[in-house]
Amino acid sequence: MLDRIQKAQSLINAACKKLGRQINIMEVCGTHTVAIFRNGIRSTLPRKLKLLSGPGCPVCVTDQGYIDTVLQLADREDCIITTYGDMVRVPGKDGSLETKRSKASVKVVLSSEDALQLARDNPNKMVVFVAVGFETTAPATAVVVKEAAEANIDNFCILSGHKLVVPAMRALLSGKNNNIDAFLCPGHVSVIIGYGAFAEIVERFARPCVVAGFEPLQIIQGLSEICQQLSAGKPDLKSVYSAAVTERGNTTAQEIIAECFEPADGYWRGLGQIEKSTLKLKDKYSRFDAFRRFDITEVPGEEMSGCRCGEVLCGLIEPAQCSLFEKSCTPRTPIGPCMVSSEGACAAWFKYGRERKSEQ
Amino acid sequence: MCLAVPARIVELEGDMAVVDAMGNRWKAKTTLLPEAKLGDLVLIHAGFAISLVDEEEAKKTWQLLAEIAEFDETPNRVSG
Repeated sequence: MLDRIQKAQSLINAACKKLGRQINIMEVCGTHTVAIFRNGIRSTLPRKLKLLSGPGCPVCVTDQGYIDTVLQLADREDCIITTYGDMVRVPGKDGSLETKRSKASVKVVLSSEDALQLARDNPNKMVVFVAVGFETTAPATAVVVKEAAEANIDNFCILSGHKLVVPAMRALLSGKNNNIDAFLCPGHVSVIIGYGAFAEIVERFARPCVVAGFEPLQIIQGLSEICQQLSAGKPDLKSVYSAAVTERGNTTAQEIIAECFEPADGYWRGLGQIEKSTLKLKDKYSRFDAFRRFDITEVPGEEMSGCRCGEVLCGLIEPAQCSLFEKSCTPRTPIGPCMVSSEGACAAWFKYGRERKSEQ
Repeated sequence: MCLAVPARIVELEGDMAVVDAMGNRWKAKTTLLPEAKLGDLVLIHAGFAISLVDEEEAKKTWQLLAEIAEFDETPNRVSG
């Protein structure tokens, strides 16, 4: 295995030397950011190869307005809020879900099924599921919405914060910060959507897109493949995660998403409004849509003062460049979601990268 | 959130499964992977099987996850 790593590394070095200029590769997925740090991959790469964190952490890209909405619902006596663990500590204007947990109205769940079961067990409460995640997680929400519909479980609804990865990549390339040369694409999102979903990024924007899993060899091989493509001037679509990712993806999961959801315009922290980038429940399931049940209009919220998560998410700055980083914003006292989430760039930098200051 | 754990299906009735990995057993559903069978190694995400995986990939991931768990538990982790 060591020789495969070394081979990949020498290919990276050769390609970078040939290109002679700075190369910026965006790691779309937060789990990649963490894996890259944890395995010390950054320090093995040539100086001219820069890895940019991307908007691939679903908690991090959730707009402040959504978070404030969740906190307001948590205050209601008639609601139980169910959520995946990562969202619990994200601060809003009025504390976080964690500070409201003592009211017994907030429950952390490992699966959407647990949320639905809570609705069955608590018929006098409205159970709201905080449905945050990309295409990897959206099918799990769709399954329980269908189940709730079939079983007529009326005291259940979801607040959809589900987002789509490819529209975000498109928005990044169409925006002002288009110094992204290539993408290292997320592994488990690709299990669902198939690596073929990135073809339009390659074709329309001529950027290499390579899907890798989370194992260090895969990541290095993925980076090596990207560098070779850049060096040859031949952007292409590839997956090195053959164990779990196919070109078409999981069609059962895609079908269930399509049955329950439709793409809608939505706000992303850092990227603003992106067309058809979020998932909204279809009209036939509207009674399970918390936005409609509670008559909530989603408006972008104000970021917490001084927080620069938005810029971190677009790869415009590194966490160390935020004046709050390590000082008032730490994993114990987070100000923005990038420090809270286990996949947030700021949390990764804090945990693994603190001896190094911003790579200039 | 992107994290998916490989696990073996040790019980399966309809789409309700019990899966086994790293010394734990827990409930999961195969609704999104109708082709999954008893004994298959699958990737579990948020309580659902999303893909089949091979033995080699599963072992590599389990090893990685074990290393991470060990690393995260080390007492000299910088806190706060």
